[in-house]
Amino acid sequence: MTLTKEWWKILGVALVLYAIIAGFLIPVPDLRIIGESIRNIFFHVCMWFTMMTIFGVSLVYSIRYLSGFDIRYDVVASQAVNVGLLFGILGIITGMQWANFTWGAPWVNDPQLNGAAVSILAYFAYTVLRHSMDEDHKRAKVAAVYNIFAFVLLIIFVGILPKMSQGSLHPGAGGSPSTVATLDNTMRMVFYPAIVGWILIGTWILNIRVRYVRLKQQADMNS
Amino acid sequence: MLAAEIKHLIVKDIRLELKQKYALNGILLYVVSTIFVCYLSFTRIIDAETWNSLFWIIMLFTSVNAVSKSFVQESQGRQLYYYTLSGPQAVILSKIIYNILLMGVLSLLSLIVFAALMGDFIQNMPLFVVSLLLGSFGFASVLTMISAISSRTNNNFALMAILSFPIVMPLLMTLMKVSKQALETTTWDGNYRFILVLLLINLVVVTLAYLLFPYLWKD
Repeated sequence: MTLTKEWWKILGVALVLYAIIAGFLIPVPDLRIIGESIRNIFFHVCMWFTMMTIFGVSLVYSIRYLSGFDIRYDVVASQAVNVGLLFGILGIITGMQWANFTWGAPWVNDPQLNGAAVSILAYFAYTVLRHSMDEDHKRAKVAAVYNIFAFVLLIIFVGILPKMSQGSLHPGAGGSPSTVATLDNTMRMVFYPAIVGWILIGTWILNIRVRYVRLKQQADMNS
Repeated sequence: MLAAEIKHLIVKDIRLELKQKYALNGILLYVVSTIFVCYLSFTRIIDAETWNSLFWIIMLFTSVNAVSKSFVQESQGRQLYYYTLSGPQAVILSKIIYNILLMGVLSLLSLIVFAALMGDFIQNMPLFVVSLLLGSFGFASVLTMISAISSRTNNNFALMAILSFPIVMPLLMTLMKVSKQALETTTWDGNYRFILVLLLINLVVVTLAYLLFPYLWKD
């Protein structure tokens, strides 16, 4: 293990640590209703960025699996879904806490919330689908097909539909200015590094999961 | 070549259907009894929004039931036989077209029964029918593909629902928006973009099915 190959893990840890410490310490603009809870943006929003990135990785590896039927790509695709789900659930928890504070209820009928919930249901369905088959290559193939199919349709749902409906409570939809545009410069100094940091941490978790599963497969073959 | 194969496969499906008279009659009875259960439990629906939601929920469950047996109905042996006769693209496109026809008929019939029993709230009938037909198209294509996926697994019936509900949600939400407009107003203004989205979703689904089905086909 050389430092030249592992620098991104250190960078990830450093950025997340920076985001946590600075996220709680920097001065934030005193906004109406949201108040100090605006600091949640450094955590909640990063979870969604990480989830989307990791699900994107899963999609890419599903396509790569279908173009060559190399079972190693399937391991990455399936583990990416698990890691993405972890971040998705964290995103929902941080979001519910925030929503409870600003909107008065943990769950409100909002296109973005519904989109997130539906994506998570679809990926849970993906894991159930995988468990329902025994044969490795068949499972890999069917799961990859579902993964591509689901991803494309959910992108339409999460990407296009909220923009078309008025009355989203989330900033950035239905004509209200996006959060990123209203962020002041101090917050940006924390927000962007936080996103990169969490994506790196997510990639690291994925990396460990993939190596673990591959070792387990080898051990199963040897025994 | 492809068109000829598709035509023969659709004719085969329709003839099989007419011979067995099982799917269409069974699913018709399913819709009518579901609507009757709703009629008995609601007695009377007062607002358009409830009417709309109830109608689309019934449509969702009906289409899952109607389409789910597309690939289960026929034995593995016969699937293998089709494999020797035609390409996977012809099989999936013919199934999708057949299910679109089936769902088109079913949805129009359910609309008549539903409107007769639960009261007619529709202000803009052409818009509602357009959204209903686009919806049948979408449900049929998404669910055909999901039924192809779930037929590869061991317990396909339960999986059919959990795999399809999240995927069909974008379609369902858009449909509900358009049809709510059709219930409340008589104008078409502002609905073209929703119809465009519905067309887009249908196009994307059929393209994906065309590209991805060959991987499900071979074992």
